[in-house]
Amino acid sequence: MTRETAELLSIRDLHVEFSTDAGPVPAVRGIDLSIAAGETVALVGESGCGKSVTAMSVMRLTEGRVAGGSIHFQGRDLVSLPDADMRSIRGGQIGMIFQEPMTSLNPVFTIGRQIEEVLVLHQRLSARAARAQALELLQRVGIPAPERRILSYPHELSGGMKQRVMLAMAIACRPRLLIADEPTTALDVTIQAQIMELLRSLKQEFGMAVLLITHDLGVVAHFAERVLVMYAGKIVEQGTVRDVFKRASHPYTQALLAALPDPLKPARRLEAIPGRVPSPLMLPAGCAFCARCAHAFEPCPGQQPPLFEVGEGHGAACFLRAK
Amino acid sequence: MSIPIGPTPASEALAPPHADAEALGIAETPARQLWRTFRKDRLAMLGLYVLLALVVVALLGNLLTGWWVVFDPATVRLPDKLLPPLSAPSSMLAKELVPPLHSYPFGTDELGRNVFARMLQGSFVSLSVGVVAVSISLGIGVTVGGLAGFYGQRKFGPISVDSLLMRFTDVVLCFPTFFLILTVVALLPPSIYNIMIVIGITSWMSTARFVRAEFLALREQDFVTAAKALGLPEWRIIFRHMIPNAMAPVLVSATINVAHAILTESALSFLGFGVRPPYATWGNILADGRSYIFDAPWLFLIPGAAILVVVLAFNLVGEGLRDAMNPKLRKRAG
Repeated sequence: MTRETAELLSIRDLHVEFSTDAGPVPAVRGIDLSIAAGETVALVGESGCGKSVTAMSVMRLTEGRVAGGSIHFQGRDLVSLPDADMRSIRGGQIGMIFQEPMTSLNPVFTIGRQIEEVLVLHQRLSARAARAQALELLQRVGIPAPERRILSYPHELSGGMKQRVMLAMAIACRPRLLIADEPTTALDVTIQAQIMELLRSLKQEFGMAVLLITHDLGVVAHFAERVLVMYAGKIVEQGTVRDVFKRASHPYTQALLAALPDPLKPARRLEAIPGRVPSPLMLPAGCAFCARCAHAFEPCPGQQPPLFEVGEGHGAACFLRAK
Repeated sequence: MSIPIGPTPASEALAPPHADAEALGIAETPARQLWRTFRKDRLAMLGLYVLLALVVVALLGNLLTGWWVVFDPATVRLPDKLLPPLSAPSSMLAKELVPPLHSYPFGTDELGRNVFARMLQGSFVSLSVGVVAVSISLGIGVTVGGLAGFYGQRKFGPISVDSLLMRFTDVVLCFPTFFLILTVVALLPPSIYNIMIVIGITSWMSTARFVRAEFLALREQDFVTAAKALGLPEWRIIFRHMIPNAMAPVLVSATINVAHAILTESALSFLGFGVRPPYATWGNILADGRSYIFDAPWLFLIPGAAILVVVLAFNLVGEGLRDAMNPKLRKRAG
């Protein structure tokens, strides 16, 4: 398929662990992920499942240690890249926006200076040219009156505005890949929609690929092309958004979708998944979800389920889907 | 040589924003916000005025005492010794020694030297000792604290950089500073510069601790992660993004440290380890006046009061800054 040839980011069997007093704690336990140029891939999962750690590992900003596997970006292995080369990729070819726009901007500088800093650093623009570019970027991300706002300090902007500024900084150097780590979690719903719409139009304009980290299935459904569901450091299901939403094949994905409230149906108790996420210190030998799974049977606790193919480009790591 | 890149109607849009942003009250810099809160603190403002006056006096005094021979603080006028403040010079005095305005505003000492001129000279010494010593201690403190805070987790053999630097700080903190200074100053040739340096390198520890604590907190801040994600080099993150954010408590402690340095210098001069006479400092004027405590009380009252007022002023400004930088108080005020 063409996806293989135009592969932009490819993560193979990535393991990330954190060293603690109680020994190494695995946060990511062998995940495979690939993103083609211009593609939007969503990584969903609940808090602590390792999705942010995966994203931070791509940027090499995680406190944890990459214990195994490889991360290739445009053919270069990011795990072993020298620091200086990594810095030029960060912000230059991979942009990133974060969950908390409120605290992601430096409070003591104007937003203009912060955007210009990136431009001067990566594109070696003169101060004047950087100012002009910054204005243009602010305009592009929908900041009204950018020539005035460029002199504003972060505390003078609303959360949505700050996220727009973060976006402006992230796309300043026209990256090939944008990592959006829960970009709308801290924003209210109307602003969320605006930001996602902006993200979509920027993506089309610049032809960026987007890795969207989120736990909001609604955002995934509207925005992404492919989705990977993570649970306890592993990918449990992956496929196109349509496949995963229409034919969810892993009990965890099914339970997640069942937990979504449906505005068209009469009010009812929301479905919840019984039990809790296992501690990463005491993961079972087999499927991490089996203790909470309604369909668990003999092989589940003792054996790690591989990703079984359930359709074209659609896989689920569950023994129910074997053969 | 700089060609604007990108299709922008740049220069027209760029020129005015400063002016109209100010008119609209949009760009209130953190510094201006701080000033707005600080101004409401009357005691701190009083302290600030005193300090500004002191700076003016010290600079003027340095010019006057240096260039005007009659005003030379070292001029001995034996016929006029131990005159109380505001008294006129006696008629026995040679014409070229008659002080300006025909008066000794602060009286004369046991050698008939003009105490007012000596106080002026002393104010410059005190102020420059305070400022230079604190600059040195800030330099060391910010560097040590910053390194410990930013690179703390790096290992250096079995020990982490953080414990290495902070244990060293603790060790220096354990020295009885004043006696250390006394010893060092006694060994070194007496000079005002040695005193500045010695005070500077024995007072950086609290700054180092402050800065380390700030850096530990800042490291985890999202904007530092964001700066890394934008590919900024480490030195830039440290100097451009973290240090400006860590300056608030440092500034407060620096203000109070200046007061402390002035006190230390006075104490050293009082004990005779400081600046050597005839060069006047507040400390040695006080020390000389000690012998005439009943006959000529102005000789110790005047420098004593000056030290008190200046140290108090620095402390008031420091406290005012601390309050103004406290975001809770600022919210209430704004």
